[in-house]
Amino acid sequence: MSVIEIEALEKSYRVYQKKEGLWASVRGLFHREYRDVRAVRGIDLQVEAGEFVAFLGPNGAGKTTTLKLLSGVINPTSGKARVLGFVPWNRDNDYRRRFALVMGQKNQLWWDLPAQESFRLHQQIYRIETKQFQDTLDELTDLLAVRDLLGQPVRELSLGERMKMELCAALLHSPEVLFLDEPTIGLDVVAQHNIQRFLRYYQEERKTTILLTSHYMKDIAALCKRVVIMADGEIKYDDSLAGIVDRFSSHKIVTVLLNDGTQAEKLRDYGEVLSVEAPRVRLRIERERISATLSLILDRFLLDDVAVEDPPLEDVIADFFTQVSNKGSDDASDPFPTEVQA
Amino acid sequence: MERLLYSRALRWWTILRIALEERMVYRGDFALGTLMRFLPIITQIFLWWTIFETIGAEQETEHPEIEGFSFHDMVAYYLLTMLSRAFSSMPGLASGIALQIRNGEIKKFIIQPVDLVGFLLLNRIAHKIAYYSVAFGPFLIVFTLCWWGGYFDSVSLPWTTWMAFLASLIMGFLIGFFLETAIGMIGFWFLEVSSLLFVYMLLSFFLSGHMFPLTMLPDNEIIGRLSYRTIVDMLPLKYLAYFPAAICLETVKGDDLIRGLWIEAGWLVFFMVMCRAMYAAGLRRYSGYGG
Repeated sequence: MSVIEIEALEKSYRVYQKKEGLWASVRGLFHREYRDVRAVRGIDLQVEAGEFVAFLGPNGAGKTTTLKLLSGVINPTSGKARVLGFVPWNRDNDYRRRFALVMGQKNQLWWDLPAQESFRLHQQIYRIETKQFQDTLDELTDLLAVRDLLGQPVRELSLGERMKMELCAALLHSPEVLFLDEPTIGLDVVAQHNIQRFLRYYQEERKTTILLTSHYMKDIAALCKRVVIMADGEIKYDDSLAGIVDRFSSHKIVTVLLNDGTQAEKLRDYGEVLSVEAPRVRLRIERERISATLSLILDRFLLDDVAVEDPPLEDVIADFFTQVSNKGSDDASDPFPTEVQA
Repeated sequence: MERLLYSRALRWWTILRIALEERMVYRGDFALGTLMRFLPIITQIFLWWTIFETIGAEQETEHPEIEGFSFHDMVAYYLLTMLSRAFSSMPGLASGIALQIRNGEIKKFIIQPVDLVGFLLLNRIAHKIAYYSVAFGPFLIVFTLCWWGGYFDSVSLPWTTWMAFLASLIMGFLIGFFLETAIGMIGFWFLEVSSLLFVYMLLSFFLSGHMFPLTMLPDNEIIGRLSYRTIVDMLPLKYLAYFPAAICLETVKGDDLIRGLWIEAGWLVFFMVMCRAMYAAGLRRYSGYGG
């Protein structure tokens, strides 16, 4: 049996539509127009024990709503879901003792007290045996290198340190299922890297089932083999990370090092030029034309070096997001054809 | 069974202890805030003194009375309602809950195996313990001074009345707690409850008897056979200030006292149930704001 089973899960919100201006505000006092937003539109998903699944998607795609449904924060409009055999929105204490939710933008620790105190409280709330509590805490604080900070009020910790403490708190009761909602948001590269390493190690050791949403492709690439892409409340892709590029990228990036830099401009006939730093030129070439175009280039130019790569994952996914979000609208074309450096 | 009770007690104690520690973080603000609440006592006593002086001068009597209350009775009454309010007032409770709903912090109570209402209650008990431990000194001074001054001469109570007084204080605390928690939970529907809370505070200030003894309200019939006094008498707000003071001053005694305590217990159960029902209904429509 799968650890997480979702069937035709749907969540709509009723949102108050306020038009701009003071008069509209006054009218809004007497008559309100509401609009139904379908944040999650009948998704199906199964996650097996020990999987590390990434949820990707543009803002408002329904990722966080899905996590909120699975952790029982909100009730669905329709559909079914079971996590560890429990219906999450029944908020069974037996279920709540077996999962954890970490939100990168929310604090669960007591702001004015040292993290140690919040951990003690968790020990009591989750009924953790003293010995097990101490062992787990030692292990977690060593792995995350925060042991020295246990006695410091949470408000005095840096964002990165606080996130580590949040993770400690969430993992004290050794949850079988962990929901991570943008755990590295706002962190610097080093802190992000530390948390990634920790999560990878922890997941490999404990075989915890983890669902992660993140906007940092590096998080995903470092951690998850399986990727679920959501857009407009629907699951658009559910497969391996490597498969994304094959499936959604129609182009390859070719970098050539010209022997004669003055010829750089002539390469414009062969593909979309992304950058020219003579004698180095980067080109975007359609996948199916790649071998024909390359042989033409090799034929007509003298090259010192050539490299063919897949475009960065970020770009592929950004392209894909643009396609799905702008479906049917006029500006589906990308106004900035130059790639964004990862 | 014993183990279960022990672990539950330990859990409550941990919550209580941590909440107490939190209260002590901002000790300066806390101490000042607690002591400042005593200032109104002095101004209020002077206000009544002036009122009684004026009435005394007009009526040319040494011992003026208002509705059977002498100046001494009034001061005793006022001090006792201060004591009741120290139990039943819940500064920041309702607005805190509404804020947590609006900014999404309430999520942690939904995902953790802990009961929000129970947690808030323990938190509030910790507030009160911290408050009393600081306020005990000033309260003692004020009461002792007034005792010497003969303001409590009319108070000589059998121990049963003391017990009734204590019971009314504790129930007053609980009614205040569940009532304000329920107001905070309106935040699930309206998000912003501060105006509502203001109206409640205003009503409660007058109708709880904090401003003046409720027996001073006019007794003439206004709707059918109801007078202001009987209407206010039917409301639960009087248990927040007037009722404990009335027990102590023996304005309410005998069968009236017993019946009063039962009705108070009834209101307590009513607000407990209402609080639970609102929480359950609120969770069903909660949309998990804020990321």
